[in-house]
Amino acid sequence: MSGEEFVPLSLTPLLIGIFAAVACALPGNFLVLRKQALIGDAISHVVLPGIVVAFLLTGVISAWPMMLGAAGAALVAVVMIEAIRRLGRIEPGAAMGVVFTTMFAGGVLLLEQTDTSSVHLDVEHALYGNLESLIWLDATGWSSLLDAEALAGLPVELGRIAATLIGVIAFIWLFWRPLKISTFDEGFARTMGIRTNVLGLALVVVAAIAAVAAFDAVGSIIVIAMFICPPAAARMMTNQLERQIGWSIVFATTSAIVGYVFAGYGPLWLGAADAVSAAGMIATISGVILAVTALFGPCRKRAGAPAQA
Amino acid sequence: MLELASVNGIANADEALGDSPLAIRGLTVSYGQKPAVFSVDMTVQAGAMTAIIGPNGAGKSTMLKAALGIVKPLSGQVTAFGKPLEDQRARIAYVPQRASVDWDFPTRVIDVVLMGLYRELGLLGRLRGRHKAKAMECLNRVGMRDFADRQIGQLSGGQQQRVFLARSLAQDADLYLLDEPFAGVDAATEKAIIAVLKSLKDAGKTVVVVHHDLATVTDYFDHVFLINTRKVAEGPVDTAFTAETLQAAYGGRLATAQIDQLSRAVG
Repeated sequence: MSGEEFVPLSLTPLLIGIFAAVACALPGNFLVLRKQALIGDAISHVVLPGIVVAFLLTGVISAWPMMLGAAGAALVAVVMIEAIRRLGRIEPGAAMGVVFTTMFAGGVLLLEQTDTSSVHLDVEHALYGNLESLIWLDATGWSSLLDAEALAGLPVELGRIAATLIGVIAFIWLFWRPLKISTFDEGFARTMGIRTNVLGLALVVVAAIAAVAAFDAVGSIIVIAMFICPPAAARMMTNQLERQIGWSIVFATTSAIVGYVFAGYGPLWLGAADAVSAAGMIATISGVILAVTALFGPCRKRAGAPAQA
Repeated sequence: MLELASVNGIANADEALGDSPLAIRGLTVSYGQKPAVFSVDMTVQAGAMTAIIGPNGAGKSTMLKAALGIVKPLSGQVTAFGKPLEDQRARIAYVPQRASVDWDFPTRVIDVVLMGLYRELGLLGRLRGRHKAKAMECLNRVGMRDFADRQIGQLSGGQQQRVFLARSLAQDADLYLLDEPFAGVDAATEKAIIAVLKSLKDAGKTVVVVHHDLATVTDYFDHVFLINTRKVAEGPVDTAFTAETLQAAYGGRLATAQIDQLSRAVG
């Protein structure tokens, strides 16, 4: 494929796919180790009522109000999950289950009961996003990367997800040591003066922001898959957290690239006529990577199972 | 039981709180309805090796965790070295129960010990050769130098416990609080740990250990603190670790034969 075709049609969806995958996979490493990986699933469900409310308030489908609505709903959910977990003294999975099903159901109800049927706010869009449509029509080839006029026409989603990714990286880089210590040994972390409650909440908020930004661009399927599959696969490759993070980035990027290419060309190679959803294919590839590492990864044995559950 | 508590309690309360490495007043902790620790006072003797003793579920670990702010107490005041605990964190090293963490966590032995240097390193301070050298020295003191690059999940229970001890040594603290360090460890590890703790005491540090093995109390410790939700007794081993205080703390849970045996051990 030449630059003339690749840059306008495939470069931006690929970059957005990679950025979204990595932005979710990075906090996913800590969430998986803290056994909170389902929070990604929870967030991608709970944003629905937020999006609907934002639409009802503004009356238009517009990115920023919806992002804010989604982020607000995610924060409400995070606080509710923490509250239920602490007050009810139950495990986090159960608290998440209660909150995200209730909020998702509330969102669906709101969608049904109000006059949103005339606009394009449907389940399919929420699940798969529409990665393939995020093209860069102003580009004519690689030279457009240096052309200010063409650059102005980049899809806004690219800027948003890139900014989100930078924010996620900055958070993890800055709080690397306390994150690592408190994920391994929360009691000890507390005695070292680390505010583990605040840090844990901050991690979930960062994950929520990554989820909402990725959700906006690529739908919830990728979000759910990327929080879990690349970090879990990376864990099977190494026994060091630093390297695990590196592997998770490699796996997230690989899933995005291979998934995007397979979605566009795989069906053609197999003799079928149409392309399939890129988001769905990216998530599938990440699952395949996880399956392969689970079978053949060098560090897949649980050596240090906890003495008590 | 109440009588014993008040006798020993008053004796200690009269001492200046300001000097104690760890002073606890009116600490009450509750999980749900029933209090796990009820209105407990404790004054840790500086430079002593103190065992916290009591039956299972008596609130030994909970008291320690609440004093350190790991668990939120319902009420109570805690000072360390005469100041608010939060200001004295750098002088306190805590060794949690080995079973409280997931040893499958992807990290190496040396990395766990380096966690003890977090306060020194801060968020972004550069890890230098001298930090690693110090971590290796701490591993050496617990006989784990050769295991520095192992993944922590590959260690035996006793080795894991030694790594936790090495991490606390790296903190260069003045007060060491250990939660059940001898639980489920081999005899060699128990010896190694007690040797290190005694060397800490010799260096003028204060050591407090949640302990479950009554038979070794007189060998290892010079002070005891008996608890069964409420404080039962506190003081030097000679006066506070007696058949009466044990009976009060354990009630019917110790067989008469055990009490007799312990009385002989106590002397």
